[in-house]
Amino acid sequence: MNLEPVIGLEVHVELKTDSKMFSPSPAHFGAEPNTNTNVIDWGHPGVLPVVNKTAIEYGMRAALALNCKIANHTKFDRKNYFYPDNPKAYQISQFDQPIGYDGWIEIEVNGETKKIRIERVHLEEDAGKNTHGEDGASYVDLNRQGTPLIEIVSEADMRSPEEAHAYLETIKQLIQFTKVSDVKMQEGSMRCDANISLRPYGQEEFGTKAEIKNLNSFSYVKKGLEFEINRQEKALIAGGALQQETRRYDEATGGTLLMRTKEGSSDYRYFPEPDIPNLIISDEWINDVRTSLPEMPKERQERYVKEYSLPEYDAVVLTATVEMSDFFQETVAHDADPKQASNWLMGEVSAYLNSEQVDLHDTNLTPKALADMINLIADGTISSKIAKKVFRELITNGSDDVKALVEEKGWVQLSDPSKLLPIITETLDKNEQSIEDYKNGKDRAMGFLVGQVMKQTRGQANPGMVNKLLKEELDKR
Amino acid sequence: MNFLDYTLEELHDKLIKKEVTAVELAEASFKRIEETDSEVGAFLALNKEKALEAAKEADEKGIDENNVLSGLPVGIKDNILTKGLTTTAASKILEDFIPVYDATATEKLEQAGMITIGKLNMDEFAMGGSTENSAFKKTRNPWNLNKVPGGSSGGSAAAVAAGQVPVSLGSDTGGSVREPAAFTGLVGIKPTYGRVSRYGLIAFGSSLDQIGPFTRTVKDNALVLNAISGHDPKDSTSYNGETPDFTEGINKGVKGLRIGVPREYFNEDAKEQGVIESVREAIKLYEKMGAEIVEVSLPHSRFGIPAYYIIASSEASSNLQRFDGIRYGYRAENVESLEDIYVKSRSEGFGLEVKRRIMLGTFSLSSGFYDAHFKKAAQARTLIRKDFDTVFADVDVLVAPTTTTTAYDIGEKINDPLAMYMSDILTVPVNLAGVPSISIPCGFSNDMPVGLQIIGNHFEEQMIYRVAQAFEKETEFSSQKPSFKGGK
Repeated sequence: MNLEPVIGLEVHVELKTDSKMFSPSPAHFGAEPNTNTNVIDWGHPGVLPVVNKTAIEYGMRAALALNCKIANHTKFDRKNYFYPDNPKAYQISQFDQPIGYDGWIEIEVNGETKKIRIERVHLEEDAGKNTHGEDGASYVDLNRQGTPLIEIVSEADMRSPEEAHAYLETIKQLIQFTKVSDVKMQEGSMRCDANISLRPYGQEEFGTKAEIKNLNSFSYVKKGLEFEINRQEKALIAGGALQQETRRYDEATGGTLLMRTKEGSSDYRYFPEPDIPNLIISDEWINDVRTSLPEMPKERQERYVKEYSLPEYDAVVLTATVEMSDFFQETVAHDADPKQASNWLMGEVSAYLNSEQVDLHDTNLTPKALADMINLIADGTISSKIAKKVFRELITNGSDDVKALVEEKGWVQLSDPSKLLPIITETLDKNEQSIEDYKNGKDRAMGFLVGQVMKQTRGQANPGMVNKLLKEELDKR
Repeated sequence: MNFLDYTLEELHDKLIKKEVTAVELAEASFKRIEETDSEVGAFLALNKEKALEAAKEADEKGIDENNVLSGLPVGIKDNILTKGLTTTAASKILEDFIPVYDATATEKLEQAGMITIGKLNMDEFAMGGSTENSAFKKTRNPWNLNKVPGGSSGGSAAAVAAGQVPVSLGSDTGGSVREPAAFTGLVGIKPTYGRVSRYGLIAFGSSLDQIGPFTRTVKDNALVLNAISGHDPKDSTSYNGETPDFTEGINKGVKGLRIGVPREYFNEDAKEQGVIESVREAIKLYEKMGAEIVEVSLPHSRFGIPAYYIIASSEASSNLQRFDGIRYGYRAENVESLEDIYVKSRSEGFGLEVKRRIMLGTFSLSSGFYDAHFKKAAQARTLIRKDFDTVFADVDVLVAPTTTTTAYDIGEKINDPLAMYMSDILTVPVNLAGVPSISIPCGFSNDMPVGLQIIGNHFEEQMIYRVAQAFEKETEFSSQKPSFKGGK
């Protein structure tokens, strides 16, 4: 039997608002437990939710970036379930009228572009966090309770773990460019559940699906799906029938474990949230958000090619993350040559980030420093060889004044003929043989002589200038 | 000092003239409670120390001449949060709950200078029509101590009727202010949905709940509603428009007004002929005063009870989930698991009627039943609302009985939930539509007070008060005093 995987993803993204979705408590990550809370977050008797307008706007921004339509008329609903991290015992979410619907994104796998449809984008509040202490007690931290979230539900349009991976990368990239979220899986500001089923190639109907939870990184998503394809395939080939179930990815084994079957699933008893009036979103508002939407990766790529004459490859690499792209733009804004800026960012900078496993903002490099360094290379103040040292210094320790730095460190390139000439004369005097070789047309001799001058100047001599002066001096002899 | 002898304006006048002090008023309140509450059973908690302190402060600061409520005692229904003063909703599950914040209504009364005397008994979580569902005590009707005071705001009604406080706050989800007002011969209003902030009112049916005052006279009532109304940024369902002075135009009379008489509200098997007769007399009086009486129809009224009990119970089933024994309130002992905490705390903490409604609501929202129950009820609600829209295009107010009977005996209906539910038949459509409605005393039947219900269009409380005031001026019912007959 030849089976085709059918995959749909549900992605939760935390919105980076100052306050929570329905209460004025701060919505920041990393505070002491239960300090970012008030009576609303605690679900005290008599409290009422008030919608954070910024969260609505952020939700719209994200939905528009995913090419969704925005509902003019939408509402909130209650999703009822008991759990200690859910103090009201209901989550305010959107059930049948999501704020965004009918969207799509394009992903690229093995050089091929594919459109993945997005069924809906809806707004909801996050739950708190339960932790189980070593003392045997369980603890509840409600700091996260009420943080605004969007849930992005794809259609079951993906056919391989690679496509699922590419989909996540693209969602992450697009949301990042809207600046409504940090979209970090390791910090939980992006979370993913996957639905997967198998069916014989050519069959229209979906097979019996499994939902996989606890997929806390892109690689877990891929591994979990691979494991699940294998598991379902074996069961089907063995002639068994699958049951609809929810499974949990197990980090230790890389496999998935059964959590519950469909029969055990809860009835959330959704109904319209009576404490929040229906939300009317005018076309003007939608338009305002649409026009104020930051430039998306595709647009930036086109602009880089057109305005900066960058190769398309560079444009694509630079816009992989909004941080890199913003950094590039700021570097160019500080008068760096775009192609040089691109080369540094794609080369040395990326290599450094990879080897240190950090993000740009974790380093001390600033766009201005990078631009200044590039300009110092261009005007011959430093050599490209020295530049690597300068770069290392800038990215590890940083500097507000790169020129002063290179002067202080003695990294300025020696280009002054009056200073270079005595060294060249001395070198030539010491290497009669090389002069002869040069006259006899041996190119290597020139290289050797330049090397000697560089050595004498401890690498600070401007190689171009050395070449030029050497030639002139040789011709005189 | 007997509160039954004075209106709020008269009490205010005495304070201004220094014939009495705020401390004396508060003391009079506590004295009256001491004398009568062992029989009446209106209060669940007293705020004696803080109340006297606040009264003393009010006296020292001087009574505000422009603020008629300044220095006057008030009782608060026990589902409205009072910071630092127990608020239980008459439920074991909140037996020791002390709020850390004030409801907006409480806060507004305090800003107006009112002195909170204590918390008033009610049906648990406002579920009931007789106050017999309180987990803590029975409240008796001051007109006849063998009879119920109505509910769910029975304590709020009994306290004012017994002269323990001149004013109290109640809440009305399906008639819980109007029915007890009718049963105890008081004026009680259910304002337009959105008129009074629900912030700090322990939610029962969130789309239906409104806080409203109990007073002995119509104008007193308008004065208190003035103080508690207004947009609240903490309640998105509170009305964002202007709040008028509800006493404005209160004496204009009814000449030239069109008063609708909804046929369906008189046909409900006429449970007690004396009630219908009193209301018919009231209508005749309005006609005499120059109003035009028009018979109208609210054809979908018969859907009121089923729609109400599905919607209110569904919302309640969700609202009451937060009482889970985890963060505050009652937690069962001897529990072995998380589920055990939930199941035992809630089984032991909630009373029978509350559990019944949680079950009804949970069922109505369950997948597979939602369409036939909650959704149908929501559709019926829309029809009921349209009924009111239609008639208010033609008439200024509607008048009808508030209840089908006068106050019944304690114990009479408590074991027959359906009979108890059916007695809300004349009050629930108003909550479903969101319109305002008042009950004022309009006569007696079997020696018990009868309530006349005056229903207005959305945000037309001024019109309701005007029509109510016209009746009160021409009659003596508001000045009648309860007899405290019968006995425990």
